[in-house]
Amino acid sequence: MIAIIDYGAGNLRSVANAVALLGYDGRVTSSPRDVMSAQSVILPGVGAAADTVVSLKSHGLDQAIKEIISKGTPFLAVCVGLQVLFEETQEGGGCQCLGLLPGKVKKLPSSVKVPHIGWNNVRQANPHYLFDGIADGAFFYFVHSYYAEPASDGNVIGATDYGLNFASAVAFGNTVATQFHPEKSGAAGLKMYDNFLKRAIRGN
Amino acid sequence: MLTRRIIPCLDVTGGRVVKGQSFLNLRDAGDPVALAKYYYEQGADELAFLDITATVESRKTMAGIIAELSKHVFMPLTVGGGIRTIADMREMLLSGADKVAINTAAVARPELITEGALKFGSQCIVVAIDAKRAGAGKWVVRTHSATQASGLDAVAWARKAAEMGAGELLVTSIDSDGQKTGYDNELNRAISESVPVPLIASGGAGTLEHIFDAFDSGRADAALAASIFHYGTYSISQVKDYLAQKGIAVRR
Repeated sequence: MIAIIDYGAGNLRSVANAVALLGYDGRVTSSPRDVMSAQSVILPGVGAAADTVVSLKSHGLDQAIKEIISKGTPFLAVCVGLQVLFEETQEGGGCQCLGLLPGKVKKLPSSVKVPHIGWNNVRQANPHYLFDGIADGAFFYFVHSYYAEPASDGNVIGATDYGLNFASAVAFGNTVATQFHPEKSGAAGLKMYDNFLKRAIRGN
Repeated sequence: MLTRRIIPCLDVTGGRVVKGQSFLNLRDAGDPVALAKYYYEQGADELAFLDITATVESRKTMAGIIAELSKHVFMPLTVGGGIRTIADMREMLLSGADKVAINTAAVARPELITEGALKFGSQCIVVAIDAKRAGAGKWVVRTHSATQASGLDAVAWARKAAEMGAGELLVTSIDSDGQKTGYDNELNRAISESVPVPLIASGGAGTLEHIFDAFDSGRADAALAASIFHYGTYSISQVKDYLAQKGIAVRR
């Protein structure tokens, strides 16, 4: 079973639909027990980071996420999901995040329109299975005002230019995270879900 | 590079798309799910659904449509028309919409913009502005499907909406809408240059050049169009080929 974490905000349905379309058994849940027993876990990202952290904590999901990441359960986080993995964010006047990955989340520069909304290129910074069969520089759909600045370039697998060059996909251990929305990115996005789920469930 | 977006808009009433789409040769050309799939496959960057009935019942129908089509269509979806409360927004987002557009309700109570942005993030909240020209370099906002005057200056309202948390503005020129004489580029530019958020130009697309102008002189970040796509005047790829040739970054 693939647990799709529901923390009370936004559009989970597209993620669940992508998982179902690819033939996997997804379950939308806010239960830490489901998360801990899942073969794989997806943290969708809609909403504000501060709100997301509060919601995750109120359900005990922050501890569950920390636990599955440390035991190596394949984990995919999207958009705000990526942001909350870091140490802190500037959003909402500043707030502590889950601190699973060293680095900070900052506001996009005012030299460009913010939010960053639309289709932008993702340059593959380091080879990673998540990009199997996906062209370097392929377009993905973005919608966000904040971006992550990982402490180490070693965690960056995808990069995008918008006002600056930022990490649009990161990886550590069995965790992968994207700032863009693969479930909103047409064929390339579905391929990315397929790459993740194939590795997570079938181990190849 | 961030590309400019081309957004077909579907006007929906009673679960059916209105405006002609006979060219499509689909078995059921008014079926929003079939049309959404069609535009998805054609390479549209986003889809907008406007509930033109805007009653509680029609909103439920719309939510059902979005839920169904999001099983097949993996692209951004914006829903507008009759959204008045946080609960209405949540209903649409849970159905599979990515963004909700608010218009009359935001003018009536601008705090709704902030409340929505805090709850779902600014990127979810599109403020739709229907603007009517009121002299040189001046436009006023109308509400209730452009039937009522609001007394607001369009540029000032756009600025306020962005300050209150709108993540994007959908600006429709009442004068140009349905005329196929081009977008009101002066209006779009005036607004685009006074707000930090993206602007979707709407109303008036009739030719490929009109869409180019919306980006070039109108400074729009996205162009929305209905009839040129529904009537098959141009395909999405024709529009994008033309724009690319003129030096506008598009996704192809």
